[in-house]
Parts: sequence; structure tokens; C-alpha cells
Amino acid sequence: MSAPLLDMENLTVRFHGERTVHAVNGVSLTLQSGETLGILGESGSGKSVTLKTLLRLLPENRTEIGGTLRVDGQDVLALQGRALADHRGRTVSMVFQDPMLALDPVYRIGDQIAETVMRHEGCSRSEAMARALDMFKSVQMPSPERRLRAYPHEMSGGMRQRAMIALALACRPKLLLADEPTTALDATVQIQILLLLRDLQRQFGMGMIFVTHDIGVVVEVSDRVAVMYAGEIIETGTVHDIIRDARHPYTKGLLAANLHGAVKGARLNAISGAPPSLESRPTACSFAPRCPVARETCASQPPPNVAVGAQRQVRCILAQQ
Amino acid sequence: MIPAPLFSAQNLVKHFRLKGGLLGSSRGVVRAVDNVSFDLAEGETLGIVGESGCGKSTTARLIVDLISPDAGTITLGGKLLGKHISARELRRQIQMVFQDSYASLNPRLTMEDAIAFGPKVNGMSPQQAARLAHELLERVGLEPRRFAGRYPHELSGGQRQRVNIARALAFSPKIVVLDESVSALDKSVEAQVLNLLADLKAELGLTYVFISHDLNVVRHMSDRVMVMYLGQVAEIGTVEAIYSAPAHPYTAALLSAMPSMDPDRRTMEAPLTGDPPNPINPPAGCRFHTRCKHADTICAAVEPGLFGLPGEGHQVACHIHIPGSNHRNRGVEA
Amino acid sequence: MSSLSASQNSAPFEVSPGYWSGVIGRLRRDPVAMFALLVILALVLMALFAPYIAPNDPYRGQLLRRLRPIGTAGFPLGTDELGRDMLSRLIYGARLSLLMGVTPVFIAFFFGAFIGITAGFVGGKVNSLLMRTVDVFFAFPSVLLAIALSGALGAGIFNGLLSLSIVFIPPIARIAESVTTGVRKLEYIEAARASGASSMTIVRVHVLGNVLGPIFVYATGLISVSLILASGLSFLGLGVKPPEPEWGLMLNTLRNAIYVQPWVAALPGLMIFCTSISFNLFSDGLRSAMDLKS
Repeated sequence: MSAPLLDMENLTVRFHGERTVHAVNGVSLTLQSGETLGILGESGSGKSVTLKTLLRLLPENRTEIGGTLRVDGQDVLALQGRALADHRGRTVSMVFQDPMLALDPVYRIGDQIAETVMRHEGCSRSEAMARALDMFKSVQMPSPERRLRAYPHEMSGGMRQRAMIALALACRPKLLLADEPTTALDATVQIQILLLLRDLQRQFGMGMIFVTHDIGVVVEVSDRVAVMYAGEIIETGTVHDIIRDARHPYTKGLLAANLHGAVKGARLNAISGAPPSLESRPTACSFAPRCPVARETCASQPPPNVAVGAQRQVRCILAQQ
Repeated sequence: MIPAPLFSAQNLVKHFRLKGGLLGSSRGVVRAVDNVSFDLAEGETLGIVGESGCGKSTTARLIVDLISPDAGTITLGGKLLGKHISARELRRQIQMVFQDSYASLNPRLTMEDAIAFGPKVNGMSPQQAARLAHELLERVGLEPRRFAGRYPHELSGGQRQRVNIARALAFSPKIVVLDESVSALDKSVEAQVLNLLADLKAELGLTYVFISHDLNVVRHMSDRVMVMYLGQVAEIGTVEAIYSAPAHPYTAALLSAMPSMDPDRRTMEAPLTGDPPNPINPPAGCRFHTRCKHADTICAAVEPGLFGLPGEGHQVACHIHIPGSNHRNRGVEA
Repeated sequence: MSSLSASQNSAPFEVSPGYWSGVIGRLRRDPVAMFALLVILALVLMALFAPYIAPNDPYRGQLLRRLRPIGTAGFPLGTDELGRDMLSRLIYGARLSLLMGVTPVFIAFFFGAFIGITAGFVGGKVNSLLMRTVDVFFAFPSVLLAIALSGALGAGIFNGLLSLSIVFIPPIARIAESVTTGVRKLEYIEAARASGASSMTIVRVHVLGNVLGPIFVYATGLISVSLILASGLSFLGLGVKPPEPEWGLMLNTLRNAIYVQPWVAALPGLMIFCTSISFNLFSDGLRSAMDLKS
């Protein structure tokens, strides 16, 4: 196998402030180009922080990052100045949940895309505008010429997200990060955007990491899935593995909570309690307090990361058989 | 035969004028709810689904009389609102739980005070109201000793939403309107709250109006489902009818827009293109005709009324199903 | 109501303490705010009991002992340009200075909060009418407006107070309106309405508690501005008139002496500084005490 596009080794992210938050606690991931990884987790699981670390978007002065992180052979944590600017947008770019916040409200969309292209590729304005139009066609924007001259507020939610994707892909990044890009959209629009991202990922042959709390969305777009809880990856595997044969009690609970195979009117097999506060680094299984099948050892020592197949790992003592 | 409905809304209309001109002149009218009628039987759960701008939240506020309709009537237990029953009495019997658990609690009131506020306003003594608040906290699964003196920011989203449910129950209401009440919660917490709602309904004999954009959750919770599109009812029927034999093309599209949850059967084609149109100037005729793949000339010209289909209380507003509508697909499966 | 009746338990039931007792508790544990409060109290007491505390007559001067330095026997803080005892004048000065600095802000707080909360809670046309009227006053710089008003009304302490109060109403009303409008849109107001509460009850329980705090904190911040504006009016002959002791006026009349006795000349300024910083520190403390998340 060739060198992976993304190689994340034991990443830790800690925020300092009034109180310390151990947001990411030893996450290891690899991604080949052309592959889509879905990161599934609830709020506070560290999924968005992991994504932002890839672009070095976290506030430098109060963030402590440990571990190694290489994208396309480059050490991301060592990048500075010009190299970091090239990394952002050209090697890796991102689609955000709320395009209304991510797009500048006082610039026309076409100008925003063209400016990004000019900055990264040093081409002329007319070439950049031509690229912007190309991108609008790629994201199937209705009447693209006219929409290039529109301001963000003049577009509907779905069109804004298409514009955001066009902006993110304008410099042909090798890795696209998507942070809950369809959560704020209506159901009939969400599926359009999911299918669009799936197509564009194949067409551009790029790697994609798709972060979401919605299992259904993960199933639609990803090849592999990593389930995060309390800043750790607790289970990874192909989409098939996770949906058909979830091993970690948390993953099973999430599937039940998504009414996967729920009997109508019957009580849901809900996970009790709430996620931990992450004020200290976990020293045992973070899920143990909520786990229906926890044993005594779960609360005293960290669970092993059990490999149960190629590219399939479960961080649970019960997987050891 | 069928008992008289507990609650009935007939031909509700609510339009909002958009202000913004220099002298407060109108810039248009949002047709948030346009001629919506439905009944609630005692003890049932009616699910309301639809996309943004479909009027489901406005409908919720009309049901609990937070806003008054421009036209139409509301009847509770056979009594007409404004004539036989006062708004104050109606509000006591129909309570609402909002989506945003944080914004719906006063940040400067303890949980006990938040729950006791309503009963006190309605004449209960402070001691009695506080005791009731403790009982209700216990009822929604929050230990009163630990939670009564806490403030909203000290609770998690799920806990806050339990408090909001407790507050709604303080009046022993007959109907509880749940407007996206679990949508902002994490899935694992959402499941806990759904269980709680099911338990409370069984124990207290409540009637729910369950509003959500999540079709899975609506299917799990509801007995009947009402599908709304741009301020109108597109289809209403039992949950089985709606989910297994949707009659309206919009219902069918909504259902096939749901992620499949099956990696071998991923969605290959989006059922609809574009976003839902703006309710400010909704399309003439059938409001869905601009996005409907079955649209015919009649659809742009004539607004379809609700038409009864075989099956219990199944009604649909689509020309395909209306006899003599001249729709080219008339009689063909939608 | 069967299963939810509030009856069985006959043991005495304690109603949890309210929000404001919590605020006072937190404020007590804030050393800076408590110190600032002590200074303010000391100033108020000084003003009230000036005749008993002041060692000399603040009005009687002797030209022979003009501008004595700090530490002169009998005149611990020296004398001013007319030979009057600085200590006594500073003590007496607290009366007019606090009156001119603090009263207008409290009057303006009362009216401004009333206008702003009414405009914010009622909304619509009432809001436009009230706020556009307020904006007319807001359009003038505060110094200019104060001078124009007291010029039109005529000199004197009462007219000075009146014009300063009017000057501070618009900014307070603005803040009150925007805070109230923000609160009014929150769902807990709707929830309260759904529970059958009247508008007055909603305002009392749910609005005032959440808006008065920020407005009050903002208003206390205006006290220092008011002190300085009041002394500015005195300087122009529109507020307090000589020989009345008032810190702002004293600062102005002593400014020629700054080369002869800089420390004596700086004393009134020091008093203004201490007073306004005490109010600022106290309002900061109040702000954090009112924030439940701290």
C-alpha cells in the first residue's frame, strides 16, 4: 500500500483556560486518497476538534497539541507562515455546517472563490473567475453565471452549501473535510448535498473526512467509519461492519437510539446518563459509567484496543475473545 | 362510532405581514398557515412533519394559543375557543415544550422556581407550588434534592428538556405540544427523553402533538401523521398508511430522502431538486407543483383540496387522487 | 391532578432561596467589590456628617496663608488659593459632588430603564415612537447637550441636576431597550405566557430579573462621567457657583496653582478619581456576582 494521504498518530488536543478540557485523547487514523472516512460522534466527542486540528484552526495560545499528524507527507503540526497558508485551502480544505457564517456576507460568491484561487495559484483574475464558473457547474448550481454575482444572503440554504463546496474545492484539495455540512439543511436538500459530495469525491479522487452525529448520513457517504466518544476512537471498521456487526456497547446504543430496527411503540434501548466532562484525561474506559455490560476492570484500567480484523478495531475489553 | 375529538382545528389561517418599508409599510405576506384543519382524539399522538417554512411551528403556536389565528376556529372538548372556553383555560389544558431547552428556561430562576411559576400564577401557594415542583422533578427522572436549586446552565441539554417537560405537566394538561423538543439533543439522550415521553403518556393519559423533522422519530412516536408543505396539509393519515403507502408525491419524496441506513442500498438519486420555496409568495395552484415530477397543467391552475382515500382517516391534497381532476396520471400510482 | 397532587408531605417545606440572595452572597465574597463599596459608604458618611468631621470652616479663608503645602500644622492637606482649609473643603465637597454625580444617574436609570423596558417589551409602534424620540437627544454629544440644557434652564444646582439627568436618559434607555428586546424573544417568555401569566407578572418575574442587572451595571459606569460633566458645568458657571465647595469646581479654580503646590492642586482630582473608580469597581463586581456562570 502506498503512503497514506493522512497519517495521524496518537493525537491529543488539550484546551487550557479557566478549566482544562481534554478534547482529543490519543486518536490514530489513516486515510488513503480516494477514500471517505466518516467520523461519528455526539457533541463533545472531539470529532470537530480532530477535524479543526487538521487545518490548524484551533486558537494557538491556549491549545496544546501532541502526537504526530502528516498530510501528504508533510508534518502539519510543524507548518508555519506561508507553508501553513498553502496547506489550508490547497492541500486540505473544509466545508462547514453553517455556510452563512463561513461565507463573507459582503462579497459576491464568485469573487470569494476567485480570490482564493488567485491567492493559491497566482493566476489572473479572469482565469480565476473561469475556474469559479467551472466549480459552480461541478456543484450543479442552477443558473451558475448569474449566481456567481450573488451575495450569500440572496441564496437558499441548499445553494449556499453548494457555493461553500465550490469554494472548498476550487483549488483541488487532496483532502476535503466536511463538518456536519448537512445538519442545518432540510431533509430533501440534505440528500442532494450528500449525493453531490459523494460524486465530487469520486470525480476529484480526493480523500474525504465526514464528521456527523447522524448514522444515516455516515452510511450514505463513507467507506469506513470511526466512532468517537470522549475524545477517543472507540470503534473503527467499514460501514458494513459498523451497521451490521457493531461490537462496542456505545456503538450498539447509538444504533438503537437512531431507531435502527426499533419496534414501534416499544421502549428504546437507550444509553443512560451523559458523556463525561473531560476535565481530566481518562484513565479507564470513559464509557464504563454508562455501559450496560461494564465489568469491574472497565472502571480501573484503560480498555485494550482490540484488532478484530483488517482495519477493524474496538476499544473494549469485551471484544477480546 | 367515532367519539367526538378532544381537540379540533378548523380552517386555521395565519399570515404574517413583513414590515420593513420606511413608514412600516408591508413588503409582503408570509402565508405561514393557510387553511389547516385537523382533529386530535383523546390519547393519540399526532405527528407533524415537513421542511422549513411548512408552518409546523406556527401550527404549534396556534394550537396553544400563543398566537391567534387570522381565521378559523379551535375547539377543545367540544367548547369553542373564545366563546365557550377562555384562552387562559385553554392554555392550562394545552401545554408546549419548545426546541431550545436553554432559551425556554429563565436563566435566573432555579429549576424549582421555573416549574412552580405557572402554578403560582394560577393561584397556588408558594409552598404547595414548590412541593409540586419537587414531585414533578422526581416524575421526569431528576432527583429533586440535587436539581431543585440548580440553574439552567448547570444542567445538560437532556436534563433541561426534562425540566421543560415537568413545567408543562405542572398544570395537568390534557394535550402537550412537543415542537422539535428532542431535535437539539444528542441521539443517546434523545432516546432517553423519548422513553420518558412514552412513559408519561401512558401514565397520565396525555395526548401529544409531536412535531419533528426527523421522520424516524415521528414514526416511532405517532399514531397518525400530518405532512405539511408551505403552510398547507399535503397528506394526513395513520402512521402505517403514510409510511408504507404515501399518496402525496411530496410525502413519497420526503420518505425517500431519508438516509437508507443500509450500505448496500444507498440512495442513488435525490427525490427532489432545489430547496423548498419561500412561503412569502407560494406558487399558485398546488403549492408543490414546482418541485413535483408528476405535475400537470391542472396542478399549476387549481389548488387541490383534501380528498378522502380508502383507509382510516387518510386524506391527501393531490389532483392525482381527486376524481375528475383531469390530471394525466389520474389513477396511476403516485 | 390525581397523581401529581401536592399534598401528602406535611413536613415543613423550604422554598429555595431566590436569585438576589445568591447575588448578595457572591458579592460579599468579592474583596475588591466590598472594598469599593466601603469607600463609597465612607464618602456618603463623610458627606452626611461633614459639619462634625471638618476641622475648619470651608468658606473662611485668609489671604496670608494661601497655598500652604500638605502637612502644614492645623491644615493637614494644605490650603487653597484663597487660604481656605483643603481638608474641610474636600469633606464638604463630597456633598455637592455626590449629589451632582450620583443623583442624575439614578434619576436617569429610573426613567431610562422605564422607557427602554416599555419600548422593548411592547415593541411595534410604541417602540418606534419612544426610541426615535430618545434618538433625537442621543444625536447630540453629551457635553454639548448638558451645556445647552443648563444654559437654557439657567444656572443653579437644581437645573444642573435636571439637565444632567436628561443627558443620561437616552443612553440608558437605549441599553434597556436592546436588552429587553433580546429577552422578549426568548422562549421562556413564551412559556410563561403559555402558563397564563399576565404581562405584568411576566415583566416582574422574567423580564426585570434579566434586564435590570445589565442596565444597572451600565448606569453605575456613567457615574464617573456624570461627576466630570457636573464639574464641567460648574466651571462654565452653569452648575455650582463659587465659593461652594465642589470637587470639580475646586479642581478648576486650583489649576493656576499647579506650579506652586501641585499636590494640593491635585487633591480634588484625586477625590473624583477615587469616587469614580470605586463606582466602576463596584459595578464590575456586581456584574460578575449577577453572572450565574462564574
